[in-house]
Amino acid sequence: MKKLLMASAAIALATSTAFAGSHATEVKLGILIGFTGPIESLTTPMAGGAELAMKEVSDSGKLLDAATVVSMRADSGCIDNGLATANAERLIADGIHGLIGADCSGVTGAVLQNVAIPNGMVMISPSATSPGLSTMDDNDLFFRTSPSDAREGQVMADILIEKGVKSIALTYTNNDYGKGLADAIKSSFEALGGEVTIYAAHEDGKADYSAEVGALASAGGDILVVAGYLDQGGLGIIQAALDTGAFDTFGLPGGMIGENLPKNVGPDLDGSYGQVAGSGGKGADNFSKMAEAAGFDGTSPYAPESYDAAALFMFAMQAADSTDPAKYGPHIFDVANAPGEKIYPGELAKGLEILAAGGEIDYVGASSVELIGPGESAGTYREIMVKDGKNVTVKFH
Amino acid sequence: MDFLNALVAISNYILMPGIAYGSQLALGALGATLIYGILRFSNFAHGDTMAFGTMVTILVTWWMQSAGISLGVLPTALLALPFGILGCMAMVLFTDRYVYRFYRRQKAKPVILVIVSMGVMFILNGVVRFIIGPNDQRFADGERFIISAREFKEMTGLREGLAIKTTQGITVITAVLVVILLFWFLNRTRTGKSMRAYSDNEDLALLSGINPERVVMYTWLIVAALATVAGTLYGLDKTFKPFTYFQLLLPIFAAAIVGGLGNPLGAIAGGYIIAFSEVTITYAWKKVLKYLMPESLEPSSLVQLLSTDYKFAVSFAILLIVLLFKPTGLFSGKTA
Repeated sequence: MKKLLMASAAIALATSTAFAGSHATEVKLGILIGFTGPIESLTTPMAGGAELAMKEVSDSGKLLDAATVVSMRADSGCIDNGLATANAERLIADGIHGLIGADCSGVTGAVLQNVAIPNGMVMISPSATSPGLSTMDDNDLFFRTSPSDAREGQVMADILIEKGVKSIALTYTNNDYGKGLADAIKSSFEALGGEVTIYAAHEDGKADYSAEVGALASAGGDILVVAGYLDQGGLGIIQAALDTGAFDTFGLPGGMIGENLPKNVGPDLDGSYGQVAGSGGKGADNFSKMAEAAGFDGTSPYAPESYDAAALFMFAMQAADSTDPAKYGPHIFDVANAPGEKIYPGELAKGLEILAAGGEIDYVGASSVELIGPGESAGTYREIMVKDGKNVTVKFH
Repeated sequence: MDFLNALVAISNYILMPGIAYGSQLALGALGATLIYGILRFSNFAHGDTMAFGTMVTILVTWWMQSAGISLGVLPTALLALPFGILGCMAMVLFTDRYVYRFYRRQKAKPVILVIVSMGVMFILNGVVRFIIGPNDQRFADGERFIISAREFKEMTGLREGLAIKTTQGITVITAVLVVILLFWFLNRTRTGKSMRAYSDNEDLALLSGINPERVVMYTWLIVAALATVAGTLYGLDKTFKPFTYFQLLLPIFAAAIVGGLGNPLGAIAGGYIIAFSEVTITYAWKKVLKYLMPESLEPSSLVQLLSTDYKFAVSFAILLIVLLFKPTGLFSGKTA
């Protein structure tokens, strides 16, 4: 038995070195996101972003002796744990070297627990934001290029205090995302001395929110913070609150930022403010230009994060000189953070060269990647103010 | 002054939404109760019949808006409403001719007809989504408010505002007109009387020479009109989304049963009872009590009986209580 193990280990070692040594090898990256389900409109640009990075690296021929990076797409359904784990198993069986995904927080946790950890596969999620994932025991296999909602809560609390808001009424959409975010906002705001007058859930997809708004209005507060979705209950709450004159200024977290909201609500929304994950500067600009040339919208939420997730995989592989998750996994932090040369979108070849020469890089990417704590993005937020029916970026946090 | 403020707050957050929602429920419950009384089954497709009629109205409204036809301060949908009613009538007559009539001839038991109506419900569900899509549709236009909260505050100098939406006004006026018309029809016309006779005792009505197919047809036509009006008012006041119309089935049946299935007067009362209990039980009374109580007694909590999450549970609870203690409903309809 011992001999057999030794022999198989030796063979495995031999094959992997043979792989690394041979020319024109293939690196397979799985993309497991919800091509169907509640965020299906976001996933086309997300997959586009990840594949853009893969193409850039394949074309350069600089990764591990001119390896070609192949993308393998699979559907997570966003809220369907069974589908997501089954598809993740399939990707593993197909021999992927890294898994980009999953997208929504619930399925991400399920895939991590049931597939990634047992198989020792590294996952980088571009869009799972639940604070619960920070504390999950992940054997150092899980990273995310999106920030945790706990961070958004702090940013929102900072903005509210800065605007002189002393008390808020808080309503959230009744799911993991809404509850997690609302918890974060509540605890951060109270820690800074603010008062939360009411903390109430609302259901999406209802036609009438007058009862909810009645309760919110009765509790009162300087402004109403709506941690919901702009095409769903969030819109209904704001509309009903404006109709009854209960509130006239609203706090809008990430899920409420989009051009549809000012369009549907009209001029009454002017003066409301909030924040959304996103960074400005060279990285984001480069990326949106490249995305435009590739035929998709680079400013779509989490598309930059997807590009960065793919890039981190390939840099880590280059740094470890291996496509084995156990070997390149520990390098993800090194390539994402200082010290080293700053690498922006479109400069992936340069980064690969530096790493091949034994140098260090600090990948900035499209979303200003800076990994903290348990392997999640520190997070840059855009502060948004609604002016004349448009979302205007005020500054970055 | 504080008393006035409290009164205005109650009107703004309870009375106005309650009356509008109650009227919409009452119209829906009237349709369901008529079918139960005359055709003798609970029509599960009623919510989707409302959705279908509203969909036709919306499509015609969009066409009118694009053709530049409008009613000025009133929503264009009111002009499109007759077309919606006609479309809905055609649809229900079609389903009656090709689905329900077969089972009626078989003298099928009511429970079979209920299951049949569920089948119709699923088909209609799909047809509506197929034609107009599963998303929210907006078709309200014209003036949004009769009086807005801000205007009211400026006018009266009170701290609380009272908003009356145009759609709320239209809902109440239309509901009153429709109910008057319906009762006039049922009590004064020959066809209405034959419908009531058929409802009271089918065999006796047949013996006295009433044509059952005619009664059934008129019932469907009236139900189609009621459903379309209820659906369009609800859509104007709130928003049109096929799934919410399907969900309306619960409060509508709760209203019809609470009032006594088969009893039109009961359906109206039931509609308002359900609407007001949903709003008042989940309302946080802090604001009102603050105005009314002396400072020392001011409540620090929200004074909310139930969180708004439980809104739907309220209709269920009322339904259960009524079925337990007065199974025929408050206004003694037919025993279920």
